[in-house]
Amino acid sequence: MKYIIAVIQPHRLEEVKQALYDADVFLMTVSEVLGHGRQMGTTEFYRGNKESGNLLRKIKLEIAVNDSFVEPTLKAIQSGAKTGEVGDGKIFVFDLEETIRIRTGETGSKAIG
Amino acid sequence: MEPVVAAVAPYVDFGNTAWMLMCSALVLLMTAPGLGLFYGGLVKRRNILSILMQSMVTLALVSIIWVTVGYSLAFGPGHGALAGFIGGLDWAFLKNVGMEPSPYYISQATARIPHLVFMIFQCMFAVITPALIIGAFAERMKFSAFMLFTIAWSLLVYSPVAHMVWSANGWLFKMGALDFAGGTVVHITAGIASLVVAIMIGRRKYLKSTPPHNLVFTMMGAALLWFGWFGFNAGSGLAADGLAASAFVVTHIAASMAALAWGALDWLFHRKPTMLGIATGAVAGLVAITPAAGFVDITGALIIGALVSVFCYFFVMVVKNFFKYDDALDAFGVHGIGGIWGAIATGLFATPVIQSAYKGFFYGNPDQLRIQLIAVGVSIVYSLIVTIVIYKVIDLTVGMRVNEKDEAIGLDVSQHNERAYTLLE
Repeated sequence: MKYIIAVIQPHRLEEVKQALYDADVFLMTVSEVLGHGRQMGTTEFYRGNKESGNLLRKIKLEIAVNDSFVEPTLKAIQSGAKTGEVGDGKIFVFDLEETIRIRTGETGSKAIG
Repeated sequence: MEPVVAAVAPYVDFGNTAWMLMCSALVLLMTAPGLGLFYGGLVKRRNILSILMQSMVTLALVSIIWVTVGYSLAFGPGHGALAGFIGGLDWAFLKNVGMEPSPYYISQATARIPHLVFMIFQCMFAVITPALIIGAFAERMKFSAFMLFTIAWSLLVYSPVAHMVWSANGWLFKMGALDFAGGTVVHITAGIASLVVAIMIGRRKYLKSTPPHNLVFTMMGAALLWFGWFGFNAGSGLAADGLAASAFVVTHIAASMAALAWGALDWLFHRKPTMLGIATGAVAGLVAITPAAGFVDITGALIIGALVSVFCYFFVMVVKNFFKYDDALDAFGVHGIGGIWGAIATGLFATPVIQSAYKGFFYGNPDQLRIQLIAVGVSIVYSLIVTIVIYKVIDLTVGMRVNEKDEAIGLDVSQHNERAYTLLE
């Protein structure tokens, strides 16, 4: 079992979701986060005052998958999120020790899907 | 005592002037913040500033156009063969428009308002009309293109139609077309333009996944529109008298009836009555009663209000989805359809009890219905053709639509470099 965290551009969320659905991955947690990588955020102007280095809105996806789904999930996220420009985001993959479905008490691979 | 009968020359009446200044301010409230919040709540979070911005800029931009040439083209004296279609430039830059009694009046021939008050009251109408179209192209038009479109549309569609229907030498006015506060001039012209622009600019990306981002705004906007509409309709008699009272009451009743009717349709077809449904119904009712406000009684108001929700509901829920045009915030479905119904209904329900000179179909004057249908047809065709031309010209020169990435990022950041909401301070 793996735990996948992806940070992507907000405006690519719909493409990423569609790509995941196409890969039969339907379970995900999505949150709105702020952050920036090497591009150091945006510059905005409020009444002429420059505010630079603002953190950018990003979307964080968290998905727990069984081993056979790892590759399709990673491919789907990349195909949906990639624009080729700076700021497309990153994907992090972790080993997942345990999963428990609260309702039934099931554990492990069975509890994921 | 003998009644005093004297031919009094028109004079500026203090009471009427005070009332009409207030009405002008009430109509301003309809555009910003009323319409801005009503529409702004319905769009995605990343586009609300663009809607508020468009409302506010329409207000400022059209006001400048209005005092320079717009008012003169709409209400000024016409010349030659064009006299029935458009005014001349006699009143450009408000030349000859001052503190003297206005040449325009409805029910009070002598106790008038200053010409300047009539001009600024009409200015607010000129402002809100193009602002209504914002609902059709929401979330995808370039700001520069929006400004050019608003300028061109105000001069080439609004002013001529206002002249034809409302000015002393307009040909539809002379024919006897009834439009108390702007069913044809405001709602049909803007509604048809909305349909044109919605189709020509194309659908937004990812329609299904974006519910309205803040219906609280939408409710506040609808309530402010309702409040401001009293100035719009009750002010259109240009005097603080019985006619204003009558227009005020039928406006309120039609809005109430339409709100309830829309809620009932929601309940019937979608199992729950919705806040958005009630707000939309109220606005539809206000639209439909607009041309009829100075001509119908409570019976007319109740029927106009109940039926407008049925017609608009059908267009918003069925026709739009069938033809798949993306009238984003239903500017055509509510203002176009509501305006058409209201203008026709004026020809049906106008009763001599309100203004003795005007009777509709159900009060023994079927010819009024024919005249109303002509006025409706002319407004539709004129707005349709001219809006298509304006759109095409701007699209071919500066381009109307933002690129795909800017649309995805949202117009607030891509067009204005600012955002409405932050995640962290």
